[in-house]
Amino acid sequence: MTTATTPVRTAQRPSAPAVRARRKRPSLRKRLELVLLLGPALLVFAGFVLVPIGIAAFYSLFQWNGFGPLDRFIGLDNYVDAFTGTVFQGAIVHNLIIAGLSIVVQLPLSIGLAMLLNRKLRGRAVLRALVFAPYVLSEAITAVIWVLMLQPNGFADQVLKGAGLGGLVHQWLADPGIVLYTMFAVITWKYIGFGIILLLAGLQGVPAELREAAALDGASAWQTTRHVVLPLLGPTIRIWIFLSVIGSLQLFDVVWIMTLGGPANASATMATYLVDHGFKRYEFGFGSAVAVILFVICFVFALLYQRFALRRDTQGALTRMVS
Amino acid sequence: MRSRRFGLSMGYLAAIVVLGVTVVPLLFVVLGGFRTNAQINNDPAGLPGPWVTDNYASVLGSSAFWTFLGNSAVIAVIATVVAVGLGSMAGYALSRYQFKGREALYTLFTLGLLFPLTVATLPLYLWLRQLGMLESFWGVAIPEAAFSLPVTVVILRPFMHAIPGELEDAAVLDGASRLGFFWRILLPLSAPALTTVGVLAFVTSWNAYLLPLLVFNDSAHFTLPLGVATFQSQYSQDTARVLAFTALSMIPALAFFVLAERRIVGGLTGSVKG
Repeated sequence: MTTATTPVRTAQRPSAPAVRARRKRPSLRKRLELVLLLGPALLVFAGFVLVPIGIAAFYSLFQWNGFGPLDRFIGLDNYVDAFTGTVFQGAIVHNLIIAGLSIVVQLPLSIGLAMLLNRKLRGRAVLRALVFAPYVLSEAITAVIWVLMLQPNGFADQVLKGAGLGGLVHQWLADPGIVLYTMFAVITWKYIGFGIILLLAGLQGVPAELREAAALDGASAWQTTRHVVLPLLGPTIRIWIFLSVIGSLQLFDVVWIMTLGGPANASATMATYLVDHGFKRYEFGFGSAVAVILFVICFVFALLYQRFALRRDTQGALTRMVS
Repeated sequence: MRSRRFGLSMGYLAAIVVLGVTVVPLLFVVLGGFRTNAQINNDPAGLPGPWVTDNYASVLGSSAFWTFLGNSAVIAVIATVVAVGLGSMAGYALSRYQFKGREALYTLFTLGLLFPLTVATLPLYLWLRQLGMLESFWGVAIPEAAFSLPVTVVILRPFMHAIPGELEDAAVLDGASRLGFFWRILLPLSAPALTTVGVLAFVTSWNAYLLPLLVFNDSAHFTLPLGVATFQSQYSQDTARVLAFTALSMIPALAFFVLAERRIVGGLTGSVKG
């Protein structure tokens, strides 16, 4: 160890004091430039992202309707109320069900479709673009499209009947037992293209020689997939799971437009619960508590996931995911 | 050989299924706009017969659609310009300046990736009310830009960092200041990354629903997503017209995607390839 580091140190020694001196007292001009360059971004970021979240934590300790004086300090009562309320408990469960279904249903579906589409099909470019189309549409448009399709005796029902599956027809958005799964289907329609495109990009990184080598060694198609392709897709899959769970926890737009969380809260999510209580009932203190809970859940998940799942995908995977 | 052909036909089968599931709802909307309510009620899954253009004509002839479209465009442009402008300045400082607390600041921005807008909406709403920014385009665009900043900085910093230091040295030798180097050399060289973050910020703003929902009460200020949702609940009996309205609302997003596909897909998948 010492022999390896010593020459480097001696080599650096002459310049070290100079560097330190420059660091210690940056020129006025440089400091001015830094303020000029970083100031506006920090101001906007702090003012509209960090501070509001901090303020939410503060408001959450009060009973407050958002208008009068902020004088009814109630400590953690809002949190207790939220966690002991059956509607919010249900909302958390709904978020978890959506997240779980995404991993169990959407992920294998995306992987399978990506593998099938990862061939030299004719018209592949057009196909990819079309698969991606629902992802580009806003959640609002997606929700409206599906409200219209799922109307009683509407398009979806008629198609099912036409296919001889009339027995499957349900009150898709009005039946509390079904509505959450309807939401999941709509979400799948919207986001599956994203998964497929992501995984297709991941498959590009699987060298064809590896598969051919496996095939030459007598591996079956399934064995090649299981032991060569899937492990190499690992980083892509782990990022997908991360994005998908965070998205599931924050689910709002589609549900709000399609059902407002109903009927009878059967499709309520933490976010619809938050908006319902905050903006419809003017329970700003309570709504803020819900916001903090949602934030903590996302944050803890992100940290744990980063620590245990993303760790192996080179350093800083959390930041790499979008870069 | 045989298995390869089998695989290929499975591929085509998958393609057809995926296409059907993806495209049929879109076709339902577009074609539904060419039908009458009577046609839709009698045969929800049928084709137009005869084709009517009244629905599309009435939507295109009303001011609402164009107002929403214009509002969305103005807000998305402001949000994009602010996010890319401030983000590239911060990215420059964080990638090519040595100073104390640089990594801490960068970490602060990356943490922003985890902050969902939903969490901040309640205080954000009160904050905007206090600043008198309710019913204002800025009240939507600036927070959207703020929430786009983390992605912008996280993409731009490594990109700018990778631009060779020799270029900077040469520019300095030629008499350029650091800001001159930023403006005349670094920004043009960063064009691909700037386009990616610009497209991401634009799409995020264009599709946003919750923030405009809270900030705007006056329908003259509505954005397209807000307008579509409101139109649907307002004219729920007039399905054909809602379908035409929705179909027209899809066009900008789809057109934009066709133009910017590479940037969108590249921005989303770029990192994960490794």
